[in-house]
This record gives sequence, structure tokens and C-alpha cells, in this order.
Amino acid sequence: MDDVLKEYSKQLPIKIIDEVKKSVPKNVSKSKLKEIMENILEEYKSMKVAFGESVGLISAESIGEPGTQMTLNTFHFAGVSEMNVTMGLPRIIEILDCSKSLSTPMMEIYLTSPLNKGKGIKEYAEKIKETTLGECIKEVSVNLGNSTIEVETDDNKMNILKITKNKIIKIVNTSLKGYTVKESGNLIILKPRGKEDTVNNLFKTKEKIKSIYVSGIKGITQVLPVKKGEEYVIVTAGTNLKEVLGMEGVDSSRSFSNDIREINSILGIEAARQSILNEVTKVIDVQGLNVDVRHIMLVADTMSISGLVKGITRYGVVSEKSSVLARASFETPLRHVINASISGEKDELNSVVENVMLNQVIPVGSGVPKLVVRKE
Amino acid sequence: MTEVYLNGKYVGDVENPQEFVDHIVTERRKNVLTDNLNVLYNEKNNIIEIESSKGRLRRPLIVVKDGKPLITEKHIAQLEKEELSWTDLVSQGLIEYLDALEEENALVAFTEDDLTPEHTHMEVSTLSFLGVCASLVPFSNHNQSARVNAGAKNQKQALGLYVANYLIRMDMDVNLLQSPQVPLVRSAMHTISEYGKHPSGQNLVVAIMSYKGYNMEDAIILNKGSIERGLGRSTYFRPSIAEELRYSGGLIDEVGVPDKEVKGYKSEKDYRLLEGDGIIYPEAAIAEGDVLIGKTSPPRFLSSMDEYNLASNLRRESSLTVKHGEKGVTDMVLITENEEGNKLVQVRIRDLRTPEVGDKFTSRHGQKGVVGLIVNHTDMPFSASGIVPDLIFSPHGIPTRMTIAHLLELVSGKVAALGGRYVDATTFDSEKESDIRNELLTLGFRENGTETMYNGLTGEQFEAKIYVGNMYYLKLKHMVANKLHSRARGPIQLLTRQPTEGRAKEGGLRLGEMEKDTFVAHGASLLLKERFDADKTVVPVCEECGLIAIKDEYKNRHYCPVCGDDVEITNIELAYAFKLILDEFKSLCVYPKLQLKSMY
Repeated sequence: MDDVLKEYSKQLPIKIIDEVKKSVPKNVSKSKLKEIMENILEEYKSMKVAFGESVGLISAESIGEPGTQMTLNTFHFAGVSEMNVTMGLPRIIEILDCSKSLSTPMMEIYLTSPLNKGKGIKEYAEKIKETTLGECIKEVSVNLGNSTIEVETDDNKMNILKITKNKIIKIVNTSLKGYTVKESGNLIILKPRGKEDTVNNLFKTKEKIKSIYVSGIKGITQVLPVKKGEEYVIVTAGTNLKEVLGMEGVDSSRSFSNDIREINSILGIEAARQSILNEVTKVIDVQGLNVDVRHIMLVADTMSISGLVKGITRYGVVSEKSSVLARASFETPLRHVINASISGEKDELNSVVENVMLNQVIPVGSGVPKLVVRKE
Repeated sequence: MTEVYLNGKYVGDVENPQEFVDHIVTERRKNVLTDNLNVLYNEKNNIIEIESSKGRLRRPLIVVKDGKPLITEKHIAQLEKEELSWTDLVSQGLIEYLDALEEENALVAFTEDDLTPEHTHMEVSTLSFLGVCASLVPFSNHNQSARVNAGAKNQKQALGLYVANYLIRMDMDVNLLQSPQVPLVRSAMHTISEYGKHPSGQNLVVAIMSYKGYNMEDAIILNKGSIERGLGRSTYFRPSIAEELRYSGGLIDEVGVPDKEVKGYKSEKDYRLLEGDGIIYPEAAIAEGDVLIGKTSPPRFLSSMDEYNLASNLRRESSLTVKHGEKGVTDMVLITENEEGNKLVQVRIRDLRTPEVGDKFTSRHGQKGVVGLIVNHTDMPFSASGIVPDLIFSPHGIPTRMTIAHLLELVSGKVAALGGRYVDATTFDSEKESDIRNELLTLGFRENGTETMYNGLTGEQFEAKIYVGNMYYLKLKHMVANKLHSRARGPIQLLTRQPTEGRAKEGGLRLGEMEKDTFVAHGASLLLKERFDADKTVVPVCEECGLIAIKDEYKNRHYCPVCGDDVEITNIELAYAFKLILDEFKSLCVYPKLQLKSMY
């Protein structure tokens, strides 16, 4: 079997050969396998794109046309409740523009056993979630007479989070400078060191106290354990891939974020390319539309080909175009023309847009082959 | 304590809000306070808002007390005897106008039967929440609301008798329906608005069926025989206006037959219809290009040097001609003067418009459609009694749009036509469907309005029973004759050398950005080039400096304005628009150097 497959290894991609290995029964005869491979080869060749085909434009049309049918601004509720994720056209724009701040950053955390069976998942999720001091106290009040701040802790909440009062005092001590922190009864009292503080400052610190970081992973504001197929996963609002992937109990080979820039900085460009593909496909699938993966692959490839993730904007992919005229025809023409003139740029007129502008035959399709007749 | 706001401004507080509001209302009904004043007690936010500003939409309602309307039989009797008027009812506080604010506090009963002690107001009539146009839609309570809306809008575009003195008017762009009829199926609003004095449609025999696929996608089929008998025949009027303008230096335009020497003289044939005063005579058949009013203007840019120059002293031709694609007959000529005392000439053109394929028609239910085919009378389907429909409507227009009233009007129209009476189809107050059906039965027809019909081409009986009846149809002002447009060659813009835009300027049909993309996607690159050849030019280029060179046609030589005569100059072919952008680059002090190389 391997001999036959080896014959084709130069003509077919490894992925196809691997797939054949998996799906063909072990006891297949040599002639039968050969027949299968011949058929696959023929099919593969017929699927190849012809030279001069304008794949980019066809991709643009193939993604753009179903895009017009997309329901604008839909929120898809992933999982049972609470968590809503931007979907539809706004999300597509977000991915393709490679925006820095996503409207709904999100992670899906896969777990190793026994956590993925749902054992202790709630406590584990709570551990991931970023907790601030404001969540484990009942009340903060300003005692104007003594010019102190009094914090009343919430013991119930603290039990769930497994935090002791001492720990809180420690945290407050390190993150708030200029205050002495003492425990008195069920209260924690903050006293300004040295001179008496102004009332205004007291109220400011009162608000500050609430946002002091206590435990969990920074950036993750919400957690939601969800059953996905056979196993349990944790869906989060907010992302912090670096920290999460380092945690014990997390299946770091499958967990992911929806922030493509973050994936690029932590897992590298190949992962980013794949996640562009996954995220676009997800949106399109949710809308019940059908777009061939190869179109999305082409987009993901152009966005990541330079080794960095670049959005399809005038600062990203478009600025990489070699033709001045092509760049100028897409937003801010003056800037491009003037910058080009400063460095004396040369436009070779190799692409489509420039040649349409000049009313010349575009180097695509029937414009590629040239026929010269020698005069006798 | 409740805050009180007058026209959005805080004016004070009151202890007992409900009492305060009630007091204002009673004082208003007693005419102590102005009638143009509305008050809202917003319990949720604990504020009172009083509005008396301009521009609020308000509507009249009958005041109800303890579940009884204040207007009684006595008042109605007095109204009938004209002892009371509407303003009396308002000033007596029996009817009051509410705005959107006060409606929040009101509970309005729709009919007298709905009244309970909680109600504060009652509708004056079940029709009163609709506007004039919407209440002209028959059986509109059986329609989806969007269709009533569309139906109301369509009626505004219908051709009819828009004024009675149209013969002496010089209205721009108007149409008149030649034999308008009063609808057989009517609502109370038809009487109120005296619709009979300005009708705008015709009662047609409509069959709901398909005809060889020519009524797909909302198209309709018309009977040619009916058109010849006057169906949808209309007249189009449009005046042309010429003024004798005054220019600086005492120069003036002159209406008259232009001299042959005048700059831009057309041809004698074009002026043939003008009389001695330079104006066309009435009832002249005119076609595109004919001159309606002959006019000349003084020469432009008259400088002192030019006064000695004979050639430039000629007047310019500025006659008014029949516009592109228009035809007709001159209907009336009017000579008068404008506000400045300049001579003003208006010539009204009249054009007969018989329905043709592409004209737009509609029923009163938002069921608009375009004529798809005009069929000979002999080829139309006919019923056993020999009735031939004027119009065939496609059944596919009904299910998704859910215009039940359209179907109801059809049977009602049939009953009206056969019974020799009008059918009342007032919204919420119409004749009953069952009564209409029974009446149709007594008239000797199937009660559901269907009839056995025969194929007009073969004479065979249709398997299905066809739903036929009479409906009021409207011809809309969108006629193909005003819209049809095509172009192969024609005028171009001076600046870009690209085709002009728009039908009036005989413009080209733009192949836009996305259309261009489809050519690229197909790889039809040579076809794309050809399609964009409209502004193709040949330009000489200096091989030395890469700028556009000059070709001197008189001396038959090429030279470069920068490098002189002694350089090689090559002709290249490119879009004129690109040559323009090169010029614009130069104006930005950007040097666009063209480096030429052979394509092969």
C-alpha cells in the first residue's frame, strides 16, 4: 500500500494521501488502490485554478455577495446564557480590518481531564476570572471624623473565592501607597500616613479601592462553563491567552482566543492565519451562508504573508501594493502620489487597477497570452 | 411634589398632580384656557408636561364621561339641521384635540360599543385615524398595513382630472386621464372628498390568471380592444419657456426667426414651423430637434477690440427646441412679460399617450405592475357569457402580499356592475362579504366570483374556474415614453471626453466599478478594454522626458515643449481621463514621466 502511495506523493499533497490512508480499508488490492489514486489525481488536476484566473477578485465577490444578505449587527448567543458575541457584518469587518480593540473579546478554554468531565469546573472557572476588591466587600465608607476609610468585607464571597482577610490587607497594602491598613473587628480601616488627607482625596481612594485586583487572570471579566459535545469547556469574556495557556488543567493545544493580534504575538503567524480562517468561517456558518474555504484562505494568506498580521485597510495590505496608481485609487490618493514623487517611485503597470485606468489590456484571463505575427 | 414643565421649561411644583391636571383639562374644556394646550401627567417620572408650542400633530376625539360620550343624539340632530357646527362642538368642550403627549393619559374607544367607564375619549369616526388617501382604499381593514400605505401612496401618482381649468394653465409636466370614471367600490371618503369631481381611474374587468407568462413578476396584460376603446388613454402637457434676457451694455435677447449668418444656425428645415414672429403656430406636429421658439442672443465676451472685428460681432443662436426623445403637438402659445418686464414666451406641447408595454398601472391596494403584453381582443380569454377581461392580473401577487381587500374589491365590483349600484367599502364599516356574495348569487353568478372561461387562442375551456370581476384601476404617471433611453454614440463631456450623463443629455449608460469587476472575474480583458474605449485618445509622447509632446497638424511635425525638435516622439493610445490625471499631477508639481516600451 505504501509503495503505491509513494508513487503519488510528488503529484498530490500530503494531506490528501493521509486522508486516503485513513479511509481506504487495509486489505485493499494494489490494482484497486491504483485505480482510486488515478481518479483522485484526475479530480485534483481538474480542481486546479487556471493560469490568469483573477482569484483575488473572485474571492472578493464570493465573500462580498453573501455579505449583502448578512443580517446587520446580529448578536449570537454562544452557549446557554449571558455571553453575547459580535457576529455578522461588524465581526467580519473587525477580522478583516484586524482591529486592535475588539468589541467582544472572547476565549474558549479547553480543559484536561478530570476538569473536562465537569468535575470542579465551577471553582476552576472562578479561579480564572479576574476578581477585584469591589466584589468581595459589602460596603466602603468614609469616616470624616477620623478621616479614615472603612471597608466592610463580605465573608460569603470571600469563602467562595478562598481569600482570607489577611490576604486582602496585604493586597491593599501593596497596591495603595500612603495608607496604613489595620483590621478592627469585621472592618478594615485605612488611615492616611502622615498628614490628614483632604476629603476629596479620601473619596477618590474610596473609588480606587473597589478596582484593586485581587485574584484570577487579568482581562477576563466573565466566565461561563459550557458543555460542548461530550466535554465541558469554559467560555470567557475578555482574553489573556498567555496566562491561560500557562495554567495547569488547561488543554493548551486547543484553547484559543478570538483576538487575532494576540494569537499572532503568542502563537505566531501560522496560528494567526488559521484563526482568521476559523473566525470568518464561524461568522459565515452562523448566518447559514456558504462560501468556499479557498476564498477565505486567500484572504487569510494575503493578510499574513508578510509575517505580520495586516488588515485590509490603507495602512495594512493596501499600503504594500507595489503600484502607486493602485494605492492612490484606494483612499487618500494625494498622499500616495506625493510620497511616491518624493522617492521617485516607478509604476510598472503590472496589475489590474492601473491598466483599467490607462485603458489598456489587463493582465488577466484573455489578456495574458500575447500573439505576435511576423510581417513577411 | 411633582415638577411642572411648560413647553419643556421648568415652571414650578404642585402638591396634587392629578387634581392639577384635571383642573387644566376642565378649564380648557370650559374655554378658560386656550384650546391649543395639552397636558401630560407622567406618573413614572413624577412630572407634568404642558405643551402649547407650534407644530404639534393633534387629532380630534369625542370626550367621554362615565362611559357615555358627551355628544348625544340631540347634538347629531342639531348638526343635521345645521344649527350646530364643528367649531361649536370644540368650543363647548364636547370634542377636543389631543397631541401625542396627552394621548398617553387617554383611553380611546374605537366604537361606541367598546365604551367602558374607564374610557376618556372616543373616536369621532372609525375612519378618522386614517388620512384622506388611506381612507380611499376600499376594504382597507382587510389588508396588511404596509399595503394600505402603498395603496395610499400610489393614488397620489395616479393620472386623473387634476384641475378643471387645465386648458388655460401652464403647469410643468402634467398628465390628464381622458375618460376617468367614478369607482364602483367606494368608501365614505369618496363622498366627503367629492371624488366624483376629480376621479383618477377606470373600472376595468379584471381576471386573475396567468397568460403565457407575460404577467410574471407583477406584470399585467392589457386587452388591445379595450385600449382602442379608451382604456388608460392620457394626455401629457409640458410647456417650453423662453425669455428675452437683458445683458450688460443694453444688449438683449431677441425672439424671432434667426438670420442665416447667426452663429450656430441650425438648418432651414428646423425653423420651418416658425411664423413671422419667430414662434411656432398652435396645432403643429413636432418631433425631436424642431425649433419651438426662435431666439438669438448677443455675442459673448464683447471687448473693445472685438467691436472692430466683424466675425465676432455676430449674434448667437439660442432657440428653444423640442427635447431629445420628445414629440407631440403644440397646444397653446402664450406671449406675456415677466416681473422685470422682459418678453416671455411659453409654448405648451401636448402629447397623446395610449398605454404601451412598460406603462405602470395599479389597483388601490399597492398592487402595482407594469404592462407586460398587449393582447388582441380576439386572443383574450372569454367567459361563457362573452365577457372579455380588460386586464389580466397574476395570481402570484396575492399570497405573499396578503391583500385580501384586492380580492374583495373584485367581487364587490362585479356585484356593483351587475346590480347597477355602488358598493360601500368604507374601512371598518363596509358592506358584509357574505351579503355581497349572496347578492352575486341572486344575480345569477357563482357566489365566489369565479367563472368558466375559455382560451382565447384555442377556444378550449380552461380547467380552472377563473376569478373575474370589476376593479378600479389607476394609471400611474410613470410612463415608459418619459424614461426609455439608449445610446450607441452621442455627446461627450468637454473636460473628460467621456459620455454625458442622463437621459436628457442623451447620456451613456455607466458601466460602474462593480460591473467592471465582473469582466475582470471572467477574465474578459479585451472586452473590458473595448467597453472603456469611449475616451480613448492617441497622444504623442517624448521619449526623452516622458511628457506629452505636441503634434502640429499644419506643419505636420512633432516636437516636445521641453526637449525641442530633436527627440524621438512616439504615439501612444490611452484613456483621455488618464491624460487628465497626468496634467493634474503636473499641477501638483509631481513629474509624471512615461517610459515607453513596445507591447510585443
